[in-house]
Amino acid sequence: MERVPILKIGDILLVSIQIDMEDQVALQLQEDLADRIVATGCHGVIIDISALDIVDSFVGRTLATIAAISKVLDADTVVVGMRPAVAITLVELGLSLPGIRTALNVELGMDLLARERGEDDDEPDDEDEDEPGASAVATS
Amino acid sequence: MSDQAERIEVGSDQDVVRVRQLIRARAVAVKLSLVDQTKLVTAASELARNTLVYGGGGSVEVTSVDNGRRKGIRIVFADQGPGIADLDLAFTDGYTSGGGLGLGLSGARRLVDEFDIETAVGEGTTITVTKWCR
Repeated sequence: MERVPILKIGDILLVSIQIDMEDQVALQLQEDLADRIVATGCHGVIIDISALDIVDSFVGRTLATIAAISKVLDADTVVVGMRPAVAITLVELGLSLPGIRTALNVELGMDLLARERGEDDDEPDDEDEDEPGASAVATS
Repeated sequence: MSDQAERIEVGSDQDVVRVRQLIRARAVAVKLSLVDQTKLVTAASELARNTLVYGGGGSVEVTSVDNGRRKGIRIVFADQGPGIADLDLAFTDGYTSGGGLGLGLSGARRLVDEFDIETAVGEGTTITVTKWCR
């Protein structure tokens, strides 16, 4: 069975899903990520789905579960890179991904996490908060 | 007129992935738009997973179709599983008899142009869907 790699960049775990995942691979990712959050103490998770040409209800549910598990483990999750056709299909399918934060790309996702963490710590460390690109970040 | 049918036996997660890949290739071949390809492959993924999880496995057959005006893709999902006792309930958003989100059947129906279901308790379920080029 293939496995989705998890990369640590500073305080963030980055997951870029590059394969058409079997259901078991998605479940394995869920477990691996929970383990890595605890092992590294990272406070942010970015899941890049720009290579996925579909997100069905199983993958959608897995993303929502990952976000919920991360939250319990004191990490915020941002799903980035969703393709337009995938977004249209998800909404029509009836999956609104409640509780999942999204950003258009990895960079904006990192901005979003940094900003949130800044607010949590009550010491904003994000100097480019008013950058126009920041408004493209969707929050739920 | 229709092109050659292709068939995949669905007995594992891996087969569901193969179904997605086959449907994608066929959808590209008849020149469905990108959004329609995505909708069809997503619907096929939901229904193939149902065939596997609820039907206990079965088959998926895909054909390219042409009604003289438009081309399209037709897919038949068949299993000899327990069948569906209450179709209205099965099509209710959020209802699930398994561990899913309850969006598979109702969601898949919204993503295709034609949706037909035949089911008999104890005999199995056959679902036929068609997506036409715009």
